Amino acid sequence: MTNVQTPDSFGRFGEFGGKYVPETLMLPLEELEQGLQEALKDPTFLEDYHYYLKEYSGRPTALTYAEKLSSRIGGAKIYLKREDLNHTGAHKINNAIGQALLAKRLGKKKIIAETGAGQHGVAAATVAAKFGLECKVFMGEEDIERQALNVFRMKLLGAEVIPATSGNKTLKDATNEAIRYWVQHCEDHFYMIGSVVGPHPYPYMVREFQRVIGEESKRQFQEREGGLPDKIVACVGGGSNAIGMFAPFVDDEVELIGVEAAGKGIDTPHHAATLTKGTKGVIHGSLTYLIQDEHGQIIEPYSISAGLDYPGIGPEHAYLKDSNRVEYQSVSDEEALEALHILAKEEGIIPAIESAHALATAYKEAAKMPSDKTILVCLSGRGDKDVHTLMNRMEGTVE
Amino acid sequence: MTTYLERLPKHDKLFIPFIMSGDPTPELTIKLALLLEEAGASVLELGVPYSDPLADGPVIQRASKRALAHKTTIKSTMELAGEMRRRGLKIPIILFTYFNPVLQLGEESFFALAKQNQVDGLLIPDLPFEESGRIREKCSEHAITYISLVAPTSKERMNTITEHAQGFLYCISSLGVTGVRKEFSEELYAFLEEVKKKSNVPTAVGFGISESEHIQTLKPYCDGFVVGSALINMIEQKEKQFKVDEEKTLHELKQQIEELISPLLAER
Repeated sequence: MTNVQTPDSFGRFGEFGGKYVPETLMLPLEELEQGLQEALKDPTFLEDYHYYLKEYSGRPTALTYAEKLSSRIGGAKIYLKREDLNHTGAHKINNAIGQALLAKRLGKKKIIAETGAGQHGVAAATVAAKFGLECKVFMGEEDIERQALNVFRMKLLGAEVIPATSGNKTLKDATNEAIRYWVQHCEDHFYMIGSVVGPHPYPYMVREFQRVIGEESKRQFQEREGGLPDKIVACVGGGSNAIGMFAPFVDDEVELIGVEAAGKGIDTPHHAATLTKGTKGVIHGSLTYLIQDEHGQIIEPYSISAGLDYPGIGPEHAYLKDSNRVEYQSVSDEEALEALHILAKEEGIIPAIESAHALATAYKEAAKMPSDKTILVCLSGRGDKDVHTLMNRMEGTVE
Repeated sequence: MTTYLERLPKHDKLFIPFIMSGDPTPELTIKLALLLEEAGASVLELGVPYSDPLADGPVIQRASKRALAHKTTIKSTMELAGEMRRRGLKIPIILFTYFNPVLQLGEESFFALAKQNQVDGLLIPDLPFEESGRIREKCSEHAITYISLVAPTSKERMNTITEHAQGFLYCISSLGVTGVRKEFSEELYAFLEEVKKKSNVPTAVGFGISESEHIQTLKPYCDGFVVGSALINMIEQKEKQFKVDEEKTLHELKQQIEELISPLLAER
């Protein structure tokens, strides 16, 4: 059984995905789809993409055996796939490089991006600078305040940061406004989506640009352990690091676990646990699970992590959940923060709060497993951008 | 069951106003519908407010927000349509809604409510042709007219869209979201002529129609006009006035609308 499939002609994974967009965008999406198919078959394009991953981003990223952490937790050996060691500090750059090269190939000189925590915005601004593209990044006003450092980085890289002022002024609203801007400027702008969300072919394209995470992990793990990990854990907001990690393992006998943000708890209204608590609906161009009210109005999600507070999820994750190939769990703000502290103290690595969600689940799982088993965690990004949030949260408690 | 075509007045050129259900209040939505009919509307586009309207600009987004504050839903919008009928509205009512509210209400409830409240048509701006198969089928089963949109970027898709068009064909004037525009591109004329040539149903231009000059200039190239943001703008500006003297405000609004569509009225 192949779960991670090429989406059908409607761009669907099972019933999920599709292209629920204004008519004006259908042509640009078709052009993108065709351009992508050709690019993915073109050895020169792929060579370029891998060249920049290696020489610019610093791939392959390390596979770190967390020895001290493993012995503290007890149980399975914990390995970390170090996407935090990428240029710009997260897995987002893999996709940004891929899409920037594609934009150039399609003759587009201007890119639009949306960002929540700012990681994708920084990645987009970075590749725009590198490849000589003009870049506009849409970001919720609220997130602009929360992530001042990343906003400054984007500006330093020459990007224009455009505040999204609708709704809760976070990622959902930035995405709405980026799409609206794209509708108006689709003839000469390339829309660089940061996760496996949006209309087809975005979820498919972003997965293809992120699958390098899983492919590398597989090779590295085989070299180190002579086999595959028993379990793999990755955090899920839109879900791009997770799908990139899972994709090459879907047909293998490996347990896959995606971790959502439970925020203040899934029994409160303050969470972003789309797969745990969401229902089927359409958001930002695809059919997936999302957090909404009974009338179909989208509800603003909550998480301490500005990278996970998205009300929808990549349609492929919705499919992987329904087909029971991937198990999805949720982790609260508190649990994620505790996991972050443990990793920092034991291994000298400060992960992004997003990644700390995956860690929290990995600790729980590892503790239940025998010591001859292995668990691999996708450490999607580093925590530099979250230091401010952590300081506010911990004021008075830091030694 | 009376259908869209049976309700359609015999106007040479169609005036298709858009108003948002529940904006500024549900009661005023009904009065505005009746006023628009009196002012010469051929078809009413009745909007269902949505939290994330991808095809709309800031004016309609604000109207959505106001309507949601009045707890307007897709269900209450259709009930409002029913109330409009009871108060004598005769022209066809097209429900303008994003797909998600329809999906959540469920097909069965949707069509039952549409029938019960004499809604004649459906327009879903985020449901392109490829995704609309099932809903079109259901619409034809229930004698609901399904309105399609065609954009300047539709190119080869135009043939399929025009072939399946019902009621009227909504021609998007230019790239972008709904909202007032100052001028239109030269290419618009050729686009409109091509659509008109291919279409078996009347063509109506929308997105940005805000001045009587627009209507005057574009009149030879299409069969009608959709006016949304310009109208919502007028309503928004009068929000406070409505509370002071409703009747007078409605009267002023009617004059403003008649002024805007005067090039159409001149021909009637």
